Amino acid sequence: MSTQNEHIVIDGPNLVHGGTSEVDHNVHPNDRDRHGADDALHGHAHHEPHFIFKYIFSQDHKYIAKQFLITGMVWAIIGALMSVFFRLQLGWPDKNFAILETFLGHWAKGGKLSPEFYYALVTMHGTILIFFVLTAGLSGTFANFLIPLQVGARDMASPFMNMLSYWFFFTASVVMFCSLFVQTGPASGGWTSYPPLSAIREASLGSGTGMDLWLIAMALFVVSTLLGGLNYVSTVLNMRTKGMSMTRLPLTVWALFFTAIIGILSFPVLLSGFVLLIFDRNFGTSFYLSEIFINGRALPHVGGSPILYQHLFWFLGHPEVYIIMLPGMGIASEILSTNSRKPIFGYFAMVISLVGITVLSFLVWAHHMFVSGMSPFLGSIFVLMTLLIAVPSAVKTFNWLTTIWRGKLRFNVPMMFAIGFVSMFISGGLTGIFLGNSALDIHLHDTYFVIAHFHLVMGVSAFMGMFAGIYHWFPKMFGRQMNNTLGYIHFWLTFIGAYLIFWPMHYEGIAGMPRRYFDYSAWESFKQFESLNSFISICAIVTFFAQLIFLVNFFASIWKGKKVTDPNPWGSTTLEWTTPIKPGHGNWPGEIPTVYRWAYDYKDDGNGNDFVPQNVPLREGEEAH
Amino acid sequence: MSTTTAPLPASVSAPKVWGGGRSPFNVSYGKMMMWFFLLSDAFTFGALLISYGTTRFFSSVWPEANAVFYASPFFGDKNLPLVFVSLMTFILILSSVTMVLAVHAGHYNDKRGVVKWLLWTIIGGIAFLSCQAWEWTHLHAEGGWWGSFTDLSMPASAIQHFFGNYPGHVLTATNHAAAMQATHDFFNYFFTITGFHGCHVASGVCFNTMILINTVNGTYERRGHYEMVEKIGLYWHFVDLVWVFVFTCFYLL
Repeated sequence: MSTQNEHIVIDGPNLVHGGTSEVDHNVHPNDRDRHGADDALHGHAHHEPHFIFKYIFSQDHKYIAKQFLITGMVWAIIGALMSVFFRLQLGWPDKNFAILETFLGHWAKGGKLSPEFYYALVTMHGTILIFFVLTAGLSGTFANFLIPLQVGARDMASPFMNMLSYWFFFTASVVMFCSLFVQTGPASGGWTSYPPLSAIREASLGSGTGMDLWLIAMALFVVSTLLGGLNYVSTVLNMRTKGMSMTRLPLTVWALFFTAIIGILSFPVLLSGFVLLIFDRNFGTSFYLSEIFINGRALPHVGGSPILYQHLFWFLGHPEVYIIMLPGMGIASEILSTNSRKPIFGYFAMVISLVGITVLSFLVWAHHMFVSGMSPFLGSIFVLMTLLIAVPSAVKTFNWLTTIWRGKLRFNVPMMFAIGFVSMFISGGLTGIFLGNSALDIHLHDTYFVIAHFHLVMGVSAFMGMFAGIYHWFPKMFGRQMNNTLGYIHFWLTFIGAYLIFWPMHYEGIAGMPRRYFDYSAWESFKQFESLNSFISICAIVTFFAQLIFLVNFFASIWKGKKVTDPNPWGSTTLEWTTPIKPGHGNWPGEIPTVYRWAYDYKDDGNGNDFVPQNVPLREGEEAH
Repeated sequence: MSTTTAPLPASVSAPKVWGGGRSPFNVSYGKMMMWFFLLSDAFTFGALLISYGTTRFFSSVWPEANAVFYASPFFGDKNLPLVFVSLMTFILILSSVTMVLAVHAGHYNDKRGVVKWLLWTIIGGIAFLSCQAWEWTHLHAEGGWWGSFTDLSMPASAIQHFFGNYPGHVLTATNHAAAMQATHDFFNYFFTITGFHGCHVASGVCFNTMILINTVNGTYERRGHYEMVEKIGLYWHFVDLVWVFVFTCFYLL
């Protein structure tokens, strides 16, 4: 503890005065505490920052959010396109598709995907969507965009580190993108990169340069997550405006806060795992390797254990699932409440269940390893922990349902996606109870049942949350509305398409069809699924093209969308809607509003409105929340 | 927590610790970020040390620290178990003391004091790194490195000295393979973890130097406070603390 308090007390507004002048970039972030505490400075005439600092090396959290979003969208297209390619193979293993050769060249000679590249495609599909889209693209976008706006701060605690966070992500993206084009192909040992496939260069084509680039990209990605996460946590704790106690925070902020904490605590363990893996690959160590023979020749590695990597990986890997899920939960809570015109049901239960999920997420990782030969007793402990997660998850689900119960529902596009989120979360979550059971998992492990489970619960569901968020906050991001009709078409095609893709996979999985196989027609027992596989592939392709509707809608609306005239188009209570329609750097032109009430005051305000924004002072006799 | 009575106007009411408009812990965001970073880094080291622990406890034999770390510079082959590493540890802990003094001087805006004690801290850090360099060189000369000791045709006598010549430590034909494997694992983890820690010390030295330059240039004097020294101090103490664990795991246990 310091005795010199005068220099460490910080007042909410810490800002960059006068926009981002070039001078500001040289100011040490720490200086902002002192200079920025002065609101009056913000009244200065803004001179327009240089193009490069406004749009490229921007330190404005709103631009950084858009950078994350658009980079994430580019990755989403690439990752989804990969799934279309391998669905062509899975749906019609005996057919050739000229388009595959057009896109993939020698990896699909004559239109027939090579098995090596099939593995590379599934690996990269997982890596890209889990890390680059649903981690960076999702929490990068919404944590950056919403935290300062909703807690009432002019920007992130450290705008400079925030910018670095994006550029580390960008660099990671460039490296990962390059890995798609190396001669031996990208990494192909699965998104989990288990050794020995990831540790021995000769193990498979993708184990060479592709794997090196994968590891470099992921290491950069970890740095990006860390820089971002530190910022999100400090901003939520330190930069809340007057009156914004933790218990008045919107649930989006709570969710993003815990997401950041999970990231800060779990990604470093992955990094340690990678450090050991890099030594195994390059310096002859045997952390993960023991007694391996290649072509009848024993490798010199002795004494390691691939299981060790699995533990280190899943210590991140499982919390990662919640890194992906929590932002969607926060977004859905916000949107369901706003569009039901009702306070969120059980605010405290929602927060406590987020705490519960955060804590439990670190205690369940070995349920991915039930069939690795672990002690059944240890397995039973992980079963217990895993099934316990159903409790906070169910609390949240029932609270969402009770929030919309008897509400004045507005079925606008964000609301549809928020409901879709809850639906997917339930459908995918229930099968988690099957898989969390170590006895059932022996049968279901590594089958299509698992694919169906996690795609519904964290893939599609998180996407639903992300879409809901984009449709909901698009007016705040760009000052325009997205097209409603296209939004509804996008929703229904995605919602129905996702169920049609993943629902049948449960049956395939229960029948024992393993994941990651290249050609199912080679097994008599799986031939019965031939037409089902084709059906799934058709649905996947249609759903993929449905996303193009969203892309067109998104980009067209940025320039051509209907202009927003009401600063608070959804009638929402949270602080971001108290900013101008197109907030500049610093978010509020005048003083930052003071908060007098919680984030879900949907009630009669006495003037004919059914909501009371957080910055409205209490009326006489009104009780504070 | 939410209140049940209507609060007074914000201007009159006493600010609540968690009520917004201030830092609940009375720390700047920078210091808070440092704390969270250190928490994160603790998990990095924790993962590495736990990996080391698992590998070690799955092994039936393990090199004897007293026998591996017996040498000291200027003493040739004299058997001085753990003497040199004690000196290293002492230097690093001493550098933490000088860092405390630098932070203390910063609290009193004593520029000369900050410069003096930071300089000693940097010297301490460099001294530690030099010691580590000597130790690495020595172990490398004894055959230890990443990926060393995998050749089972090597006679047991080649690694016997890592296990000491105490009763019960003599390698036999039955545990020769296990001992070779253990030696291999031992050096892999030793170089990886002490190397990772050494990287932290080395970057700490770089950061300290940057802070020192800023101090000399009067950056913090103009700023009116030396919080940067405090923040880098947190990092330095953390790296010290990690060494205590690394030291315990590799040299004592």
